[in-house]
Amino acid sequence: MMEPNVLLDFDHVSMCYHDESGETEVLRDFSMQVKPGEFVALLGPSGCGKSTVLGLAAGLLRPDEGTVRLRGEPVLRPPERMGYMLQRDHLFPWLTVRENALVGIRVRQRPTAAQRAQVERLLQACGLTGFADALPGQLSGGMRQRAALVRTLAVNPDLLLLDEPFSALDAQTRIQLSDEVKQRLGEGRATILVTHDVSEAISMADRVVVLTRRPARIRSVHDITLAGTPMQRRGDPAFREYFEAIWKELDVHVQ
Amino acid sequence: MCNESAAQAAYRRSRKRRRRAIAATQWGILIVLLAAWEILARTGVLDAFLLSCPSRMLESIAALARSGELALHLATTLWETIIGFVLGAVLGVGVAVLLWWSDTLNRILDPYLVILGALPKIALGPVLIVWIGAGMPAIIVMTLLISVIVTTVTALGGFLSVEREKITLLRSFGASKWQTFTMAVFPGALPTTVSALKLGVSMSWIGVIVGEFLVSRAGLGYLIVYGGQVFRMDLVMGSTAVLCVCAALMYLLVAAMEKRLNRARAHGG
Repeated sequence: MMEPNVLLDFDHVSMCYHDESGETEVLRDFSMQVKPGEFVALLGPSGCGKSTVLGLAAGLLRPDEGTVRLRGEPVLRPPERMGYMLQRDHLFPWLTVRENALVGIRVRQRPTAAQRAQVERLLQACGLTGFADALPGQLSGGMRQRAALVRTLAVNPDLLLLDEPFSALDAQTRIQLSDEVKQRLGEGRATILVTHDVSEAISMADRVVVLTRRPARIRSVHDITLAGTPMQRRGDPAFREYFEAIWKELDVHVQ
Repeated sequence: MCNESAAQAAYRRSRKRRRRAIAATQWGILIVLLAAWEILARTGVLDAFLLSCPSRMLESIAALARSGELALHLATTLWETIIGFVLGAVLGVGVAVLLWWSDTLNRILDPYLVILGALPKIALGPVLIVWIGAGMPAIIVMTLLISVIVTTVTALGGFLSVEREKITLLRSFGASKWQTFTMAVFPGALPTTVSALKLGVSMSWIGVIVGEFLVSRAGLGYLIVYGGQVFRMDLVMGSTAVLCVCAALMYLLVAAMEKRLNRARAHGG
């Protein structure tokens, strides 16, 4: 039976991709549980199947074996109150920042006054108030990704799936934005972050899960007991220890 | 508004001069050509009976206009072009949507589209006349046939070039396939679709004139063929000139719409 305090449950999940050139096994017997409000980072070599885990959680992919459950129910389609952020912002260039932020809401319904007000608050919190009527083309990369964050948070998700959302940004913006993302999350919002940046994973997550090369299995799990913002965590003396421990896992793996 | 520097003002002046010089040369070429043609015809260097000349073309058009015939011919041709173009555009974009919707259908129909695209549609003229009858419907179908394939292929290319990840993102919000089309694919491909329509306008004129050559009792194409048969080159050349102006105006109209659309998008309209 399932534990009551589990939001997302990967139960012995396996998955293969098929195309003309043959079969590719991406996940093998993958089991992981995410509690409400928990921040989990998935680390692994590129192409190991990290994004597949997110696709399964988002209901965009179907496992070959095993089950993915959200609040005890199998995930068969994209659930409501789920936010998915990709490496690229994918803002629609023909819509203003405000309209882009409303896209996720519009898919389900005509935005209510309350939802509009919330989007305005999020825009303000992300420093985009003056740019609400601007087009994405007029914004810098960091601001565009902030607009994408507002679009993600606008549907009020209790599950956030982040697929390397900072990797296309310059180093300074990346750290600043990860700080902001962490602050916006608040309590009760579970997050899975896929990344290949060890520091980013340690600075943000409660738990770092290291995956093996394809087909991905869980290699090791590291509970991170650091407190504070990503910036503060990076300054913590224990940060290095975590880094070395996790790096070794990845390093051995690369051989 | 900040004050313009002297260098910026000079730059603007030189740009303006250049634009004026280009426009003046464009008009100059036209006037010189027409004047030379007129003079050579009047002095007997060119045979005005075979080659006509601007004044005689104008005269024959003026005569047609006075008798009210010009309005009839012009209206016929314009009507056929517009109907053929609109039908071709609607059908072309509609088929493109269907083919985008079903990749299987797209693959099944691909060789047929290639064959229909390669076939000179003019060859179907006699078939159309037998099937539909010698009249305006045959001309409109001919126009539609010529414009529809180009529109379909271009619009579909635009639909398919919209990034897959944008669609994935919308689907993660729970969007249906139709929503991914209306929210991401169609607006994303709008510039391509509009340039497909621009191509469709040119194709429609070809279709209408060819159709009128084959079967018609009215229209600019009819005037041209009739004038040729009775050896009235003034009428042939005059009608061609009118056709030239009409086709150019319609193209400019669509191009202006395209420009306005793109500007509206650039300003978040």
